[in-house]
Amino acid sequence: MIDFEYARASDVADAVRRIASDPTAKFIAGGTNLIDLMKGNVERPSRLIDISRLPLKTVEKTAAGGVVIGALVPNSDLSYHPLIEQQYPLLASAIRAGASQQLRNMASTGGNLLQRTRCYYFYDTATPCNKREPGSGCSAIKGLNRMHAILGTSDACIATHPSDMCVGLAALEAKVHVMGPGGERTIVFEDFHRLPGETPHLDTNLHPDEIVTTIELPARGFATNYTYLKIRDRLSYAFALVSVAAALELDGGTITEARLALGGVAHKPWRDPAAEAALRGQAGDQTSFARAADLLLRDAKRFAHNAFKIDLARRAIVRALTQAAQGTPQSQSDKKIR
Amino acid sequence: MVSRIPVTLVVNGIETQLEVTPWTTLLDALRDHLHLTGTKKGCDHGQCGACTVLIDGRRVNSCLTLTVMKDGAEVTTIEGLATDGALHPLQQAFIDHDAFQCGYCTPGQICSAAGLLAEGKARTEDEIRELMSGNICRCGAYPNIVAAIHQAMGAMGSAS
Repeated sequence: MIDFEYARASDVADAVRRIASDPTAKFIAGGTNLIDLMKGNVERPSRLIDISRLPLKTVEKTAAGGVVIGALVPNSDLSYHPLIEQQYPLLASAIRAGASQQLRNMASTGGNLLQRTRCYYFYDTATPCNKREPGSGCSAIKGLNRMHAILGTSDACIATHPSDMCVGLAALEAKVHVMGPGGERTIVFEDFHRLPGETPHLDTNLHPDEIVTTIELPARGFATNYTYLKIRDRLSYAFALVSVAAALELDGGTITEARLALGGVAHKPWRDPAAEAALRGQAGDQTSFARAADLLLRDAKRFAHNAFKIDLARRAIVRALTQAAQGTPQSQSDKKIR
Repeated sequence: MVSRIPVTLVVNGIETQLEVTPWTTLLDALRDHLHLTGTKKGCDHGQCGACTVLIDGRRVNSCLTLTVMKDGAEVTTIEGLATDGALHPLQQAFIDHDAFQCGYCTPGQICSAAGLLAEGKARTEDEIRELMSGNICRCGAYPNIVAAIHQAMGAMGSAS
């Protein structure tokens, strides 16, 4: 690994002061992605600022009936927390679909949001990559792109965001609270991650001198009609080819509220207001589900090796909405898709 | 000159002082500084689980853990699971079920399984398989590993 210096932040204000005074420094919490990237010379910070001991490790109810999650709550603890299991089982399920239990024990909630793509070219410093070296070109567009995006791509980058947890947070309309030198601000989840455009080196709208402090969930948890359906190359411990977070509210057989977020298909968790609007007021049946899937995928773009993802996504959306409507969420241990 | 940072760890019950560079992973500290070579370096990227140890009772990948960040922590490796010369129930179960071939992944498998038992979230074989998916066995001893963990779960459950 590269040579770097180590410092420990004493509190959130100290962490912000330290990151603001050194643009080549990075925060480290769980380290599961950052250390791996440093071993590969993809990330080369001059200094790591250890934030793992900051007091951001609680999950608490809010006055509005939601919960606020400290940025340093480990992924495993979050997925098993009673408040999350009861009120937001979609989030608990999405977290358990990702990584391994060892990694979930290490990885923090805030770090999960900030993990980098697993595009092979991003990791391979011998190849051009606009995300790693802006302006160097994209090796994936004409290269091996089976894992890559079908929605929201640009001529500069077709990488996907790898998180499962974030797909659940997108569907639940979380808010991200951050602290910077100028004080606190709140970023709605939709605006937290970016599409690649001409600046694929920027994954998020978090400023370099800011720290994620908490993630807030609104009261609405969709605990009855939800699923997280993840399709991947092996049954566990693999990144999604396509994943779908589906959450519905139903009145009789009629859909009154619908949330649909996809993972593995874009540079950020993908939501489409038109697809969700098309479900509201409709019967929860295969016709309305297929129409929503077609709407969501209307601008999908295929590359040489990932054309299969468009059909896969269409079927996964219909299946996920069916599971959600029936109240039979996908089990993350019994892998049979019903 | 490379600056070294003093770190205190309680490794398998013994308080241990170390001086490490910031980039020394816990895996390298255990193997190269403390000569506890039971913990294995497989992929060194958090993808195989061979380096799994327990920190403060929780299973983690030691290859992605910086030693300096764990000052004051309790670390348990495969060398620390037996008590007073008696094998840990998981070690005995792995022998009973022939749950390994080459043995390289085994210390990580057993430490991971110890973490799994402490978590108490797995009851069925499907749940054991899912919660053990961070440990790869290239000999393919999976059916026997699952059977061994199931046996230890029963043995430890009835003992408590």
